[in-house]
Amino acid sequence: MNDYYPLSEVTLGETGVIAYVNSDCPLRHRLWDLGFTRGTHVTKLFCSPFSNPTAYLIRDCVIALRNEDAACIKIFSSSQEKVI
Amino acid sequence: MGLTNSSTGQALLKSTNLVLPETSDFVIALAGNPNTGKSTVFNSLTGLKQHTGNWPGKTVALSAGEYFFADHSFSLIDLPGTYSLFADSQEEEIARDFLCFYQPDVTVVVVDATCLERNLHLALQILEITPSVVVCVNLLDEALRKGIYIDLDRLAKNLGIRVVGTNARDGEGLDKLKEAILLTASEPAISPIQIRYPDSLEELILKGIASLPNTAFNERQKRWLALRLLDSDYSLANKLQEYLSMANLIVDPKSLNELQHPSLAGEFRESIVLTLYTTAEKITRDVLKLNSKPRRGDHHFDRIITSKIFGIPLMLLFLGIVFWLTLVGANYPSQLLAKGFLWIEGQLLNFLTYLKSPEWIKGLFVFGIYRTLSWVIAVMLPPMAIFFPLFTLLEDWGYLPRIAFNLDNSFRLAGAHGKQSLTMCMGFGCNAAGVVACRIIDSPRERLIAILTNNFVPCNGRFPTLITMALLFFSGPGFLGSFGASLFLVLMIVGAVLVSLLVSKFLSKTFLQGLPSSFALELPPFRKPQIGLILIRSLIDRTLYVLLRAILVAAPAGALIWIMSNLGIGGKTFLELLSSFLHPLGYLMGLDGVILAAFLLGFPANEIVLPIILMAYTSQGSLLELENLTTTKTLLINNSWTNLTAFCFLLFSLNHFPCGTTLLTIKKETSSWQWTILSFLLPTIVGILSCLFIAQGIRLLTLFI
Repeated sequence: MNDYYPLSEVTLGETGVIAYVNSDCPLRHRLWDLGFTRGTHVTKLFCSPFSNPTAYLIRDCVIALRNEDAACIKIFSSSQEKVI
Repeated sequence: MGLTNSSTGQALLKSTNLVLPETSDFVIALAGNPNTGKSTVFNSLTGLKQHTGNWPGKTVALSAGEYFFADHSFSLIDLPGTYSLFADSQEEEIARDFLCFYQPDVTVVVVDATCLERNLHLALQILEITPSVVVCVNLLDEALRKGIYIDLDRLAKNLGIRVVGTNARDGEGLDKLKEAILLTASEPAISPIQIRYPDSLEELILKGIASLPNTAFNERQKRWLALRLLDSDYSLANKLQEYLSMANLIVDPKSLNELQHPSLAGEFRESIVLTLYTTAEKITRDVLKLNSKPRRGDHHFDRIITSKIFGIPLMLLFLGIVFWLTLVGANYPSQLLAKGFLWIEGQLLNFLTYLKSPEWIKGLFVFGIYRTLSWVIAVMLPPMAIFFPLFTLLEDWGYLPRIAFNLDNSFRLAGAHGKQSLTMCMGFGCNAAGVVACRIIDSPRERLIAILTNNFVPCNGRFPTLITMALLFFSGPGFLGSFGASLFLVLMIVGAVLVSLLVSKFLSKTFLQGLPSSFALELPPFRKPQIGLILIRSLIDRTLYVLLRAILVAAPAGALIWIMSNLGIGGKTFLELLSSFLHPLGYLMGLDGVILAAFLLGFPANEIVLPIILMAYTSQGSLLELENLTTTKTLLINNSWTNLTAFCFLLFSLNHFPCGTTLLTIKKETSSWQWTILSFLLPTIVGILSCLFIAQGIRLLTLFI
């Protein structure tokens, strides 16, 4: 399972591919509705002045998530994406 | 046809307080994601000026309008902006229920050309409920600027329905839209797209359909119903029981639920969403052409205005400019209004003298009701007529979600929602408007926290008092004077915001415990604000709304103030009696009886608290303001005011019961007396305790020094 990283730990400007959303995440349904589904590319765009929340680019829209919510989203890093 | 009959539709509409013109030929629903310009389409079609917000989830209640096209009348219903129809939030439930139970003749789905994929996801969900859909691809010009070209014909072919391209802000394409609506209303599309789910799901759907009653549903509806019930959508199941029991149809969701394999539970929804999104991706790939690499100019700008260095200072600058323009700009029209009202007052008095009416009529109606009313209007109207349009300008431009983004961290720590920062900003203009604005917060818990704490930030009605006190008692010597006063004012405002956060924290740990809810905030692109619309919208929606409510409470209060200050027992007026009764408590709080009495009488509007104090000190029978600050200060000091009195007065002015207008609004928004009473008690207790603490502390200190 070490192949997956929480979205919150992605560095700024990096793009990842979503693997899954934790099943205990209270935001799960909302995240799916917004397009955070398996296999979708997501880019970390910028942080707020206090580093939380953070804005992500997903399906051409900018969505801000709190870091603890973003931690529920697990991604492959973009380098691994090519292998898989 | 279908899921419902006219009676069930009516029953549902009663619960949403929506009035539809009975006479119109067609009922059209307008659906779409937030920030797609849906409300602009609504306004352009109906001409009804209704608020279009540039922040997610603005339209909570349904608004309706009417338009005519080709000898037919159309009722247009603006559904709440939602990302899906799974009914996970109140807005989604309202939108779904309308589509499902009311069954509009045509549903227009407004989609944003700049992010087609996510918008199509909603369109596909709606197509599962009804085939009678027109897709309106809006913001085409914005997409073109980003190098995005959409082949509308191909999109129409993919979806199997009519597709129209528009730029609603410029009115482009709206006639074609009306035509497409009319065509779809008279002859529905032939082969709308059918979503194909993975085989395991399709098998379940077939079993589900088989267990549904045979009558009254067509194939598409049965498929959708089975899908929703398999997804354990109990709210829909309950509604079906409630509304359709009239038609003797009984659906048991549990029997359907048992069909589901336990191992599938939890993954069922994911599978649905994934299939919908995969379909949306496929269509988007087919119809989208990128002319150039998309520019990310917006993100660059966003990086600056949300950066660690510039984010907060820029926000303070923007808000500072708004407040400054409001305070400075309101001065002159306020004086003008006051003069005008004074002239009318003279004429009224002359007229009553001419009629030989008794003195008490003049007193009660002119000095009491009329003067209080005109006072409230003259002080309140100009700042609001400036503040709200400016605020709407920031909103229309798209800056407000960035404020929520910048400040969310503090609100997260207080157990509240980042959007509360926006309702607080609005509260600086007027707490009643701030309370209404709390509708933008989806989660009921966080929304209540925002409503209950809004009064802790000072509104326009309290600013003049704050400024007067800062100038009189807390300005520095000489040329430093106004600088000292400004600094003091800023500190008071920061203090008020901190208290508001602390009380939010307190509420989230006591009365309103619960999990911090979702914070998934969309940051829509910056857009050129529509200057013309802004003035009308904010004047009608906010300024007039607040003003009318204020007048409603101020008139009876005016009568009461006059009676209290002119009638009495044993040579003392009621006001004097009340003051001496309240004096012991007032003294303990560093105030006096007159000040407390003024706060009580100033319940309808905070603007009149200081005038009532001056009225009582000069033993006059009606509200008054003194010519200049020096005479005011002399009068106050002669009535034994000290810096401590002034400070405690400020403290209590910031923390006491909300004004009548705000309380009325809180009652309306929460529909609960308990929360309204708590919103009264909370700031009052904070105010009394902090005044007691400060006054007694300072008095103790001076004993020892």
